[in-house]
Amino acid sequence: MIVVININLGNVGSILNMLKKIGVKACLSSRSEDIKKAEKMILPGVGSFDNALLNISELKLMDVINQKVLNDKTPILGICLGAQLMTRNSEEGSCPGFGWIDARTVRFNFDSNPFKLKVPHMGWNQVRQLKDSLLFRPSDEVEERRFYFVHSYHMICDNPADILTTSHYGFDFTSAFARENIYGVQFHPEKSHKYGMRLLQNFADL
Amino acid sequence: MMTTRVIPCLLLKGRGLVKTIRFKKPQYVGDPINAVRIFNDKEVDELVILDISATMEGRRPDFKLIEDIASEAFMPFGYGGGIRSLDDVRTLFKLGVEKVIINSYAVENPSFIGEVANIVGGQSVVISIDVKKNMFGKYEMFSQSGQKKAALDIEAFVALMQDMGAGELLVTSMDRDGGMMGYDTALIKKIAKLLDIPLIACGGAGKTADFLPAVQAGASAVAAGSMFVFHGRQRAVLISYPDQKIMKKVFAV
Repeated sequence: MIVVININLGNVGSILNMLKKIGVKACLSSRSEDIKKAEKMILPGVGSFDNALLNISELKLMDVINQKVLNDKTPILGICLGAQLMTRNSEEGSCPGFGWIDARTVRFNFDSNPFKLKVPHMGWNQVRQLKDSLLFRPSDEVEERRFYFVHSYHMICDNPADILTTSHYGFDFTSAFARENIYGVQFHPEKSHKYGMRLLQNFADL
Repeated sequence: MMTTRVIPCLLLKGRGLVKTIRFKKPQYVGDPINAVRIFNDKEVDELVILDISATMEGRRPDFKLIEDIASEAFMPFGYGGGIRSLDDVRTLFKLGVEKVIINSYAVENPSFIGEVANIVGGQSVVISIDVKKNMFGKYEMFSQSGQKKAALDIEAFVALMQDMGAGELLVTSMDRDGGMMGYDTALIKKIAKLLDIPLIACGGAGKTADFLPAVQAGASAVAAGSMFVFHGRQRAVLISYPDQKIMKKVFAV
């Protein structure tokens, strides 16, 4: 059973809708008993960095999630803000992130860019895979990998080996990372048609 | 590379989809759930559904129907129509709606937009404005499904909405609605230059070649209704959407 961690933020309905569509068992919960039993976890997130972390603290889920990820090595997928929460910190807030990945989260800044790109980065963009991962499989049968993005902040990994994909918006930024059991994607697989369905299926099949 | 979003914009009246011409003569074009399934198969970039009767009938959104639509929408899905409270917004998000689209109530109570942006983030708040030229050629803004002239200056209103934290602006030309003769690029240009946030152009698209001029005028995304639900001169109802290969060519300058 995949537990979608409910931190009272964001559009969790669409993640559950897509998991149901591909026939993956999942539940939405903010109870530590459920999280303890999870075979896999999804950390969703739309909203702000501090707000999310404060909610996690208030729900008293910090320890159980850390335990599951770092000790039990339970696979976890962070989506959008959920992925950013896995970094050390964010320019969006002052709370420390989980810090499982040596990375930081910064705001898109195009002040010195002649094209003054719009922020948030919103829409469909391609991802370029930099290393092998079970999240993207050769059997996926997609001619390209494209996903829906909507975000104003992006992640910078200290360790290039953690970068799973990059995408281009003004420059190449990390659009997914993977280290051991920890996966984070900046885009929204739950809103990305078959491309997202394949990715979530692959995560469920880990 | 980022691609320009091409967004089917569907109108709900009761439980059926309709298409209007200049905001009048709603013609039934089908069942919304069925349409969403087809748009899924066609991998549309994003979907907008506007309930054009909610505000007029003084009712809240039809949450049951929206839930059914959202459970089939595996693309970003924006809903507008009858949204007047933070509870409405919270309910819509729980159902799987990505973006709330607000028109009439933004005119009545502009500070509501700030409250919505605070709870869901500006990227999920779309302000919709319906614009018509008066007989002197001056653009005027309308609310309540185009029924009521808003006694507001468009430029000031748009700036206010952006300040309140709105994430996008959906600009519909009432004059071009259903005409399939191309977007009002002058209108797009006039409003886009006031904005830092993305502008979605709507009203008038008849063919894929109409998209690029709208983008060149300053639109970040293009929306269309008739072009995706009608086929041929007889306007037979047939849902369609250009495939990715065509779209790439359309936007290649």
